[in-house]
Amino acid sequence: MPTKSKSLKPKVAVFKFASCDGCQLSLLDAEDELLDVAGAIDIAFFPEASRRMLKGPYDIGIVEGSITTPHDVEHIREIRKSCAVLITIGACATAGGIQALRNWKDIKNYVHIVYASPEYISTLDRSLPVGSFVHVDFELRGCPINKYQLIEVINAFLNKRKPNIHAYSVCMDCKLKGNECVMVARGIPCLGPVTQSGCGAICPSFDRGCYGCFGPMESPNTQALAAQYKEVGESELDIKLAFRTFNAYADAFRKESEAHEH
Amino acid sequence: MDKTYRLETEDLERLLQLLQGEGYETIGPTLGNGTIVYDKITTAKDLPKGWTDEEEPASYRISNNGGERMFGYTLAPQSWKRFLYPPLRELFSIRRNGKSFETLRTDSEEKKFAFIGVRPCELSAVLIQDKVFTAGEYRDDDYLSRRRNAFIVAVNCANAGANCFCLSMNTGPKAGEGFDIALTEVVNDGGHYFVAEAGTDKGATLLERTGGIAASERERGEAEEVVERTASQITKSLDTRGLQEILAENQESPHWDDVAKRCLTCGNCTMVCPTCFCAAVEDSTDLSGKTASRTRRWDSCFTLDFARVSGGNFRITPKSRYRQWLTHKLSSWVEQFGIFGCVGCGRCITWCPVGIDITAEVSAIKGERVKQEKGA
Ligand code: SF4
Ligand code: SF4
Repeated sequence: MPTKSKSLKPKVAVFKFASCDGCQLSLLDAEDELLDVAGAIDIAFFPEASRRMLKGPYDIGIVEGSITTPHDVEHIREIRKSCAVLITIGACATAGGIQALRNWKDIKNYVHIVYASPEYISTLDRSLPVGSFVHVDFELRGCPINKYQLIEVINAFLNKRKPNIHAYSVCMDCKLKGNECVMVARGIPCLGPVTQSGCGAICPSFDRGCYGCFGPMESPNTQALAAQYKEVGESELDIKLAFRTFNAYADAFRKESEAHEH
Repeated sequence: MDKTYRLETEDLERLLQLLQGEGYETIGPTLGNGTIVYDKITTAKDLPKGWTDEEEPASYRISNNGGERMFGYTLAPQSWKRFLYPPLRELFSIRRNGKSFETLRTDSEEKKFAFIGVRPCELSAVLIQDKVFTAGEYRDDDYLSRRRNAFIVAVNCANAGANCFCLSMNTGPKAGEGFDIALTEVVNDGGHYFVAEAGTDKGATLLERTGGIAASERERGEAEEVVERTASQITKSLDTRGLQEILAENQESPHWDDVAKRCLTCGNCTMVCPTCFCAAVEDSTDLSGKTASRTRRWDSCFTLDFARVSGGNFRITPKSRYRQWLTHKLSSWVEQFGIFGCVGCGRCITWCPVGIDITAEVSAIKGERVKQEKGA
């Protein structure tokens, strides 16, 4: 195969909305793979990493962060138009993020507490995922995402194949690794059975229950898991709070937390 | 030659050393992180002396009773499947070579395992997987090479768990066939010793070399008592009479909806089951696209991708997934392989995070059938 000339490399842009930057930093954090990645793609726009800011259109747009302002809405629509493929990364971009906790409250009250001149603040009443506004080609979960999964998605795109990203439970990863189930062996409440794999089952590997950072798995039976939480001694409030974290506004988690709100 | 020996506890150490001397990696029960796990052991000191486990649906707890038993626990969370059929394995890779490509088969690692402490139900599971992987048209060479090299020391059960139902499945608590050596651990006022039975010539030779002496009739009787006592502890059962047909005829039982409400579709039951053998095959590439590789990974009939085919998915609902799993184990498996796909180890009950019990689900399905017949 002839080596691709630089201009033939796919042009990639990285954009940020309401988020902590942790996910896009995963790309920079992939030290060992970074040179390969940089060799395979043309990073045309990545303000976090480089001053080079080429104009679109782009072959791949990677978006971090949730949509929280009217300006964000306009901006994401423009981005969508300029990107052939749009990939959203992280709990903010795929579920609204931890900031979506405000979705249960009246935002006006917060604005008054936080800002001296609230009249200058223009905000939406909810923090929402990118997919609520534009079509997204692939959503990569996690808070933060797993850098190997990000590279896998880019790799799959470059090689025109399906990414090996699984939507099954964290339990599958625990069992593949040979972890002992923390809920069965110790009675530690764990969101693993309803959470999508991808982190490598980090918390159960260190004797913790899963916090649900990767959001709901493909067919989450949150109600059945909540019933088991009671069996291991969790209160209604515990259950509500367990589902109300980084992926609080992901449909399945949102509904389950609301079911325990009294 | 009398094939039953009496081994002292020190002889067990010698047995391990002899196996290691012959190049075996000795794998056995040892204390894990809150459980008994099967892992590499080097000496008899690694065995979980005094440890027992208590199992309930969705619960497993260990404790040390200060006793002498080295094999006083019931079961580890995962079976020997991990060693014979590893969860992840590269099958081959392909390298681009100018305009063509070359395929490199990933060689099987030469593994020589000696499994110490295989429970009778687990041994039956190994024999079932032998059928699946080696008897049919599609032979799994990697499994075959690991299996052929394996030396099996079975240990008959001295302590049945609340989820064991080997009696119903005819797989325990005493090992019948398939072992090189079968041990029964006897602890009583008379002392602490093992009664060892050789199942193969290789096993017999090793027992001779460990210095075991012929077991007396009394000792053999005491070993029998251990197994009988264990059998009498077993409370869980599964009525297998006509089960294959009953399940095949009750695919539309309303009870499948009931279990679907509880099932998390997490896949734990399939992962811990010693007979479940499904795997997914995944292709990956390096970033440049110059090399690609194909990997096999344990999969589960509870994942959505499992039944995704061109044009759709034929098992979308959790109900259809649970039904597939249970009816495969206890009905269509018989059609396929001539035996049940369940050995009654109870792992799927213990390690199901919500404690779904395969025996209870079967009873409920039968009950529904009776109800409907009466109503009709
Ligand atoms: S189906 Fe359950 S009880 Fe039967 S062999 Fe598998 S894990 Fe053991
Ligand atoms: S039966 Fe239990 S272990 Fe199996 S998929 Fe359902 S919830 Fe998970």
